[in-house]
Amino acid sequence: MTRPSNEAEYLARMVPPSVRGVDRRTLLRGALGVGALLGAGGLAACSSGSTSSSGVPTGAVSGTVTVGSNQSDAVPKAAVQAYMDAFAKANPGTSVKINTVDHNSFQENINNYLQGSPDDVFTWFAGYRMQFFAQKGLAGDISDVWKNITGMSDALKKASTGADGKQYFVPMTNYPWAVFYRKSVFKDKGYQVPKTLDELNALGAQMKKDGLDPIAFGDKDGWPAMGTFDQINLRVNGYEFHVSLMAGKEDWTDPKVKKVFDTWAGILPLHQADSLGRTWQEAAQSLQQKKSGMYVLGSFLAQQFTKGAEQDDLDFFGFPEIDSTIGTDAVEAPIDGYMMSARPKNEGAAKKLLQYISQPEAQLLALKADPSVIATNDQADTSGYTALQKKSAEFVKSAKSITQFMDRDTRPDFASTVMIPAIQSFIKNPKDIDGLCTSIQAQKKSIFGS
Amino acid sequence: MASKRRYRGIDQLSGRDKVVVGLMVVVPTLLVLWLVWIPAIGSVLLSFTNWDGIGPLSDIKSVGLQNYRDIATIYPPFWPAIQHNLIWLAVMFFIATPLGMLFAILVDRGVAGTRFYQTSIYLPVVLSLALIGFIWQLIYSRDQGLLNAITGGTTDWYGDPSVNLWAALVAATWRHSGYIMLLYLAGLKGVDPSLREAARIDGASESTTFFRVIFPVMRPINIIVLVVTFIESLRAFDLVWVINKGRNGLELISTLVTQNVVGEASRIGFGSALATIMLAISSVLVFIYLRIAMKED
Repeated sequence: MTRPSNEAEYLARMVPPSVRGVDRRTLLRGALGVGALLGAGGLAACSSGSTSSSGVPTGAVSGTVTVGSNQSDAVPKAAVQAYMDAFAKANPGTSVKINTVDHNSFQENINNYLQGSPDDVFTWFAGYRMQFFAQKGLAGDISDVWKNITGMSDALKKASTGADGKQYFVPMTNYPWAVFYRKSVFKDKGYQVPKTLDELNALGAQMKKDGLDPIAFGDKDGWPAMGTFDQINLRVNGYEFHVSLMAGKEDWTDPKVKKVFDTWAGILPLHQADSLGRTWQEAAQSLQQKKSGMYVLGSFLAQQFTKGAEQDDLDFFGFPEIDSTIGTDAVEAPIDGYMMSARPKNEGAAKKLLQYISQPEAQLLALKADPSVIATNDQADTSGYTALQKKSAEFVKSAKSITQFMDRDTRPDFASTVMIPAIQSFIKNPKDIDGLCTSIQAQKKSIFGS
Repeated sequence: MASKRRYRGIDQLSGRDKVVVGLMVVVPTLLVLWLVWIPAIGSVLLSFTNWDGIGPLSDIKSVGLQNYRDIATIYPPFWPAIQHNLIWLAVMFFIATPLGMLFAILVDRGVAGTRFYQTSIYLPVVLSLALIGFIWQLIYSRDQGLLNAITGGTTDWYGDPSVNLWAALVAATWRHSGYIMLLYLAGLKGVDPSLREAARIDGASESTTFFRVIFPVMRPINIIVLVVTFIESLRAFDLVWVINKGRNGLELISTLVTQNVVGEASRIGFGSALATIMLAISSVLVFIYLRIAMKED
């Protein structure tokens, strides 16, 4: 049960589930989940054991491989179908059966799903949760697949590695978090991209004078503001501290943490007011309608812009420097990909499929559906990228260290039951930072201590 | 004597009938045990552990009363949740339910267009929750909502924690009163018309007739309405969950349970402790109800 030996390794991976738009309606299905809990205890009993490593078949594979997919929206669903079909075509005698589950239900029921009879291969994110499944023996070791994977950077491999040093995850796409803006607005008003916090403040003041909300902000769903915390913490305290804080190894009453909230409180007046009643989509629309100047979010915000000229008008810059000794070389870029279940029915085909997914061909098919993300394989042909994708790829590549997202970099129970209410109460009352940190610390101790 | 007779009674049944009777007793008993008692007791037991929902039951570690201690001391949403549940109960009890009863009386008296009112008041009960969430989002949204567009205000109906509970209660009342109206209407239709006639002949006014004659006659329905109101208020969950998953001013015990137990958080021990607290509160009401019901017999 030892966690990763060093923090960098520990957290280098995580992809926020929440990072992708969370749909409120589907949460209703949570109620069903309660019923499912009943069964969980019994099922849990059969979740021990590990995968035998029979290696990736070099020859032909056959039979059916099942895939659990959370890509439930029409367009991404078609994309999954496209690359799975391509795989089946390249491997005669093999067929792929895709079980698509609504995105949020998939995530909420993942524990029960993995302890029941999961599909051979399933969609997931890099991060703490991935490692956690590996630790609990719910995920299959695919280190042998990784031996044949080319075009993946060491950072990506690190992000796919469990606490035991074996690989459990194959990255497919990722996307950066940054400060987004409309080029036309910056050009019309003569704004310059801010490089430091002071410049950001100055720019914000100017935007206010021009009648804009400087920074669009919506945290009704609770998770988007985590991204702002991550950005500020990465700039104030740097990657190592952030990772260690997320891993529960730091004290939340540490002055370093207070400084993050202090800094945030300093720029909070630049944020759109009444953010707790606004969804990220509404906030993104205010940017799109040129009512706000900037927005700290993941590049999925492009979904709120019409394809073509409007998306081309969208640009971004990394969150400005706050401490020159820390710099800006840490980037948050959640990774989506696939894992193999602990005891796949068709291991040979599953591994071959995972290897296929790591290749540029499959990844480019995935991008066709969602042009707000980028391929993780270096060898993917970027000539078809939009300007935003090209910039995203550069941005991620230039990063010295990559984080996933708060709710992927730390325990999900801590993120959702402690940090969401905590950050929301900070937004409501940014004055009581001491009380807030004390409260977080008390809960952290209880959760991480268990 | 009595037992002898009962014995003979059963003896008279054919073999098949005995099997049927046996099944009629055993199957519901097992269902109740399986669906009600085992989960309830399981929740109570789990509330003393820190189980995360993964791994064999034998791995579960007991943590004593820690979950309860944490809930009461370091879990900030808990006390607001209790408070909100009480406010919810009060509003349902003093506003929504009387409103529903009033609607029922009006509809029963046959105001012009009764059918139309009846249907439109009951409609919210039939609509799917997803749709209800959507409807109210359209009305309450700060930037794009109907309410702010009409009034020209910038009230953050869902985001401002001092307002959003009341906004949610308006939506809940909208739904609850339709439900109560239907229940009560069924009761009113069942009241013997000769009672009203007799009252009228005795010279009682409309309101006296209702409060002195009709209302007491409807005691069984009144109790049902009362119980439904209590239960619905304690269970209050769906609407709030659709709005913002029960955070930021909309905490209710039920949403806290769900936040902790369902989904990725999987703080099953902690969530069970919250559920147990909810169970204890409900039990008090059930106990009171049973006492009233028993007394009646």
